[in-house]
This record gives sequence, C-alpha cells and structure tokens, in this order.
Amino acid sequence: MSPTLAGVLQASVLVGALAAAYRPLGDYIAHLFTSPRHLRAERGLYRLVGVDGDADQRWPAYLRSVLAFSAVSVVFLYFFQRLQSHLLLSLGFPAVKPDMAFNTAVSFVTNTNWQSYSGESTMGHLVQMAGLAVQNFVSAAVGIAIVAALIRGFTRSRTDRVGNFWVDLTRVTVRLLLPLSVVFALVLVASGAIQNFHGLTDVHTLVGGSQSITGGPVASQEAIKELGTNGGGFYNANSAHPFENPNPFSNWLEIFLLLLIPFALPRTFGRMVGDNRQGYAIVSVMALFWVASVSLITLFEAQHHGVAAQAAGAAMEGKEQRFGIAASSLFAASTTLTSTGAVNSFHDSYTPFGGGLTIFNMMLGEIAPGGVGSGLYGMLILAVVAVFVAGLMVGRTPEYLGKKLGAREMKFASLYILTTPAVVLVGTGVAMTLPGERANMLNTGPHGFSEVLYAFTSAANNNGSAFAGITVNTPWWNTALGLAMLFGRFLPMIFVLALAGSLAKQQPVPATEGTLPTHKPLFVGLLSGVVLIVVGLTYFPALALGPLAEGLN
Amino acid sequence: MAKPLPTVLRTHLSALRMLLVMTVLLGIAYPLLVTGAGQAAFHHQANGSLVQVDGRTVGSSLLGQSFDLPKKNPDNADEQARPDPKWFQPRPSAGGYDPTASGASNLGPNSADLVKTIQQRRAAVAAFDGVAPSRVPADAVTASGSGLDPDISPAYAREQVTRVAKARGLDRDAVARLVEAHVQDPVLGFLGDARVNVLELNKALSTLR
Repeated sequence: MSPTLAGVLQASVLVGALAAAYRPLGDYIAHLFTSPRHLRAERGLYRLVGVDGDADQRWPAYLRSVLAFSAVSVVFLYFFQRLQSHLLLSLGFPAVKPDMAFNTAVSFVTNTNWQSYSGESTMGHLVQMAGLAVQNFVSAAVGIAIVAALIRGFTRSRTDRVGNFWVDLTRVTVRLLLPLSVVFALVLVASGAIQNFHGLTDVHTLVGGSQSITGGPVASQEAIKELGTNGGGFYNANSAHPFENPNPFSNWLEIFLLLLIPFALPRTFGRMVGDNRQGYAIVSVMALFWVASVSLITLFEAQHHGVAAQAAGAAMEGKEQRFGIAASSLFAASTTLTSTGAVNSFHDSYTPFGGGLTIFNMMLGEIAPGGVGSGLYGMLILAVVAVFVAGLMVGRTPEYLGKKLGAREMKFASLYILTTPAVVLVGTGVAMTLPGERANMLNTGPHGFSEVLYAFTSAANNNGSAFAGITVNTPWWNTALGLAMLFGRFLPMIFVLALAGSLAKQQPVPATEGTLPTHKPLFVGLLSGVVLIVVGLTYFPALALGPLAEGLN
Repeated sequence: MAKPLPTVLRTHLSALRMLLVMTVLLGIAYPLLVTGAGQAAFHHQANGSLVQVDGRTVGSSLLGQSFDLPKKNPDNADEQARPDPKWFQPRPSAGGYDPTASGASNLGPNSADLVKTIQQRRAAVAAFDGVAPSRVPADAVTASGSGLDPDISPAYAREQVTRVAKARGLDRDAVARLVEAHVQDPVLGFLGDARVNVLELNKALSTLR
C-alpha cells in the first residue's frame, strides 16, 4: 500500500468513527444539559456539598461558581505538589518548587496541561493520579459546562437564568467523562499502556547493561488526558512514550478520543436549539479546517524541507518509527486544533511549514473542533461575528437563531476575540525584549523566535504542547506562562457567560425574508472566511517573523 | 442563632467540598478500579510487557535499550559508547535509552548542530555496517521522539544483516530470514509504519545457531 493511500485511509476511518459517534453522543450530552432528573447519587452529592441542584443561576452566579471552583482547585493542587515529599507513593521525589508548582497547578486547572516539569523525574504517583488527573476530568467538565450555559442563552427567552454550574459539572464528569474513561483506559491497557503502582524496576539488559523501567497508573491518566483534551503526559515524552502510546492502534485510538467530544458537541448545540441543521453547519466548518490542516501538515512532513531533514532523507527527527510521518502528522494537527497539546512526535523538529501550521492551528483559537466545550463556544462567538458581518453588508440588525445581536452582544464577542491575541502577542513581545529570557531558546534565528511564539500561543490558548527545545523551567517563564494560561482561560469565559446572560433575556424575533440562514453552505463559507480573516490575519506579522521566514529562506 | 455565612465564602466552601469528593472518586477510586481490572485481565501489558530470557527479565519489548560494548573504564562518564557489532542496533536516542529521562532532541529542521550530527551518524553507521552512506536509512540517523523508540525500520534492520552475521559467524541468509520474520507491517495495512522490534529481534538472534 502506498504511504499516501495509507494516510488517507487512516484519516478516513477516523472520520467514519467520529461521524458514527456524532448523533448518539451529541444527543446524550444534550440530554445531560436538559434533563430535570438527578440521579440519586447526584442528589446526595449536592446535599453533601451544600448546593441546590434544582436552582438555576443567573450568569454572574454561574461565573462565581466557576471561578470559586477553579480558584480552590489551583490552591489545592499547588499545596499538593508542595507537600509531595510527605505523601504516599512520592517515589522519593522532593517537593515541587514554588514557581513550578504554581505553573503546573494553573496549567492543569485551565485545561492547558503545559508541562514545565518532566513527569518521570518530578511527580510521584499520588500527585499524578489524585492531583493532576482529577483536574483532567473537572477542567474538561468546566469547559463543557460553559458551552451549556451559552447554548441555553440561545434557547431560553425572557429569563436571567443560564443553568446550574454544579449540576452541569457533576453530570458531565460522572455520566460522560468517567464511564468513557474507564472503558478506554482498559482498552489502552490491553494494547500495552502500563497500569500499576510500581516504582523503578532495575533490569539487566541483553548485553548486560542496566536499565530502570518505570511504573505508574499511566493508562487511567492517558484515557482522560485525550478525552478531556488535556494533554498532560505522565512522562516527559508524552504520547511519544511507548508506555503511554504503545502501538499504531493505540495511537489511532488516542487521536479518536481527543476529537470525540469536541466533534460531537455541535450536535448537542443543534439538538438544543431545535434545529439539527445548525449543528451540521458548525461541524462542517470545523471539519473543513481539520481536513485542510491534516492534509497540509502531512504533505509538508512528507516533503521534508529543511537542511537537517534533507540530510537525513526524511523528517524523522523527533518522530517514532511505529507511527511514521502520516500518523505523527495526523496527531500533530488534531492536538493543536483541539486544546489537547498531547504530542506523539516533537513539533520543534517538524519542517518549517509543518511546525508553523501547528502554531497557526492554535492561533485560530482552537475551534476546529477545539477543546471540549471551549472549541464550540469559541466557534459560536465567531458565528456571532460572521452573522454580524453579514448584517453590516445589508444594513440591518443581525440576528442569530432568533436573537438580535446588538451593541451589547457584539462588545462581548469582540472582547472575546481580542483577549487571546493580546495575551499571545504582548507576552511574546515582552519575552523577546528581555535578553535573559530570550536566551532560553534552544534553536537560533527565526526558529528560536518560533519557540517563544509557540510557548505563548500554546499557553494563552490553553493547548499545552510546545516547541519543547525552549527552557521554560525558570521563575520568569513559569510565572509569565502561568499568567498567560489564567488570562487565556478565564477572561474569555467571562465574556461568554455575559453573552449567554444577555441572549437569554431576549425575546426571540421571528425569522423573516431578510434573515441570514445559518444552516446553509453560504454560511459555512462565510464563517470559514471570518475564522481565517478575523483570527488568522491577526497573527500574520508574528508568523512572518518565525515559521514563514524560516520556510521561505 | 449563628449568622449565615456570606455568599462568597459559602460558594468557596461548596467548591472545596465538591473538589474533595471528586478527588476521592476520580483520583483514588477510578485509578484503583482501572488498575484492579487491568492487572486481572491484562497482567503482562499492565506491568510493562517485560521480556524474559532464561527466566531473567532483560527489559520491556516497548522500551528501546542500548546494545553497546562494555565501557573500557566504567567510571569514565565521558567515554564514547561503542556499538556492539554482534547485535542489531537501535535508533539514536536523545536520552541514551534511559526511561527516567524520556524526550527528544528538539533541534529544528534547519539547525546546524542537527545537520552536523546527522552527517556524523551517517558516516559512522556506514563505516560500522560496511555499506555506502547513501544506503543508511533516515531512522538510523535521527533521534526518536521518546528517546525510547523500541523499533527500527525494516530497511535499517536489513542494512545491518551482513555485519551482524559476520560478527557472529552465522550464515547471512539465516540472519536475513530472522529479520524478515520480525518485520511488523502497519496495523491493518494502513495504521503507522512498518517496523522491527530491536529487543525481540536480538533476543531471537541470541538463540540462533
């Protein structure tokens, strides 16, 4: 079989599997968001925690709950790492130092999973599974909860209530993420991912040398790492490590898992707004960008431009033999188009344009399909902008799904769109002006700049992957990127919830002759154009200095 | 009667209680359940797919390892590792096949350092295996992503056959047949790349007479 055909088949089977899951999973999530019934265990939980599961919240109350839960999580995770040496299963590792503990706590709570540490030499088993992996679940659930609130903004009218955060959080965690994780963790174990509580096992190798084989609850963490678009690896090498990702099948499964929920959520949206075609339009735009990105990255890696790749004869530096070019490129495109940031190959060694596209994918705001929840709310904000742009062309107040998009709504949408680029570009700019921080690049010239640009793009978009040559384990980098992750996660959430509240208050207007249909190919084209122009072009100058300069040289 | 707590404080207390319950459920019960089920049903995989030779564990079939000659001076950390001609050699590793230090070189596609390293590796492999430099495949001169890649390409395995057979005084065809028997095709014909697991191949090689 030719490599091209194999690559196409691999992606096609993935598309087929995602398409098969689209309706049942999307409908199931819609059910979780709309069902008035609680499970008995959930009612018990709400009593224990002290919240009223039947009370709907106004958007500020919903936001306060999100922020309180996240703040408590950061503090808890920080002290968990600081006290590691006193805990069980620490494997003898000392306390994580303060700046790194701050960075890591923020990183996992914001669903970024940026790793300034190396898992196998820093974190004991208990911190990994009861600290970091817990946030893999709940940070994903927070993202999905926010999009639930936004969708309710479209579906409800003349109310100031957008749902109950505690109920959304609990249902998504207990009824969606946990059961899927149990099943897929066991599939991963069966295919070779390890799952034990061993420390290091010393063995004598075949030639009589020594090797220390690591242990740990890896598969259980791996499943939710992909499913929740988290990306924080048990090991430094992340999904390139054979214990996390043992073979081409597990690799395909991990890509499937990280795309599963983000690609099903448009169905949830269509279902809840009462018009499945709206979901199809949104998922079409997501799929368009995903297919284009996968094709281009695979093409660039197969062509292996770059002096080093040419000298080697293939772009295999930083890639695993069992995956090869196609399966590595497919992973790279999928992980940067979602907020996952897991890697099965090292993007720093990708060809200039292949690696540049991984940066561009994140810059689009991770909306194709994006992180769990965050991808859909990002795309819906852009849909609002697209409708607004179309409204300007014909000179009438635009409406989306019967809700008028006035000055107030557009202010929130604009603020959302401006936040991430501001964090990325200001952060990159500041780092480049500081000679000491700039010196942390591994590579030189435009590629070194790309490392810095990648770092801030990844942090502010809550991706977590890296051009990993850069040394980020210093107090300055840990703090700066920690702040970028916080701003990049929570400021947009505030604007989304504010928009949800504002939409929910409105009385829907009936569709007229002049209403732009938002389920037709025309809208798919319009929205794709807005994504490219409004978001993509913002970063053009920065990209010109990094990957474009390197690739065109 | 005690005054009710301010809302802000109440919300944070609820958040803390929710986090603690979730920690017990997701951080303790979930990994224990998966470990229990995984150990019971897939004992070999759950413990690292360990490989035994004569009842002795020699490594994991999933983790690459070095096949170097013993050091001349074990205390000299700077001594260059020399590959053992009697064994099939794995890919270069950024971390020296140390599972406690996984990772890649992260050198860019136009890095002068990387170009130099690749040229040196190509010359060294060609000389070691007695082949033309142009026959050395890409995976033999590039470091993997994990630094623990257990596999090499079938091309690199075939390229080493003559040297291994000569060093062991074995029939070249017998060694070549052994390599072909260890070639794993892409899963289902289209997932991933063809590969040869170096530890499995060398284990079989050690019993070849």
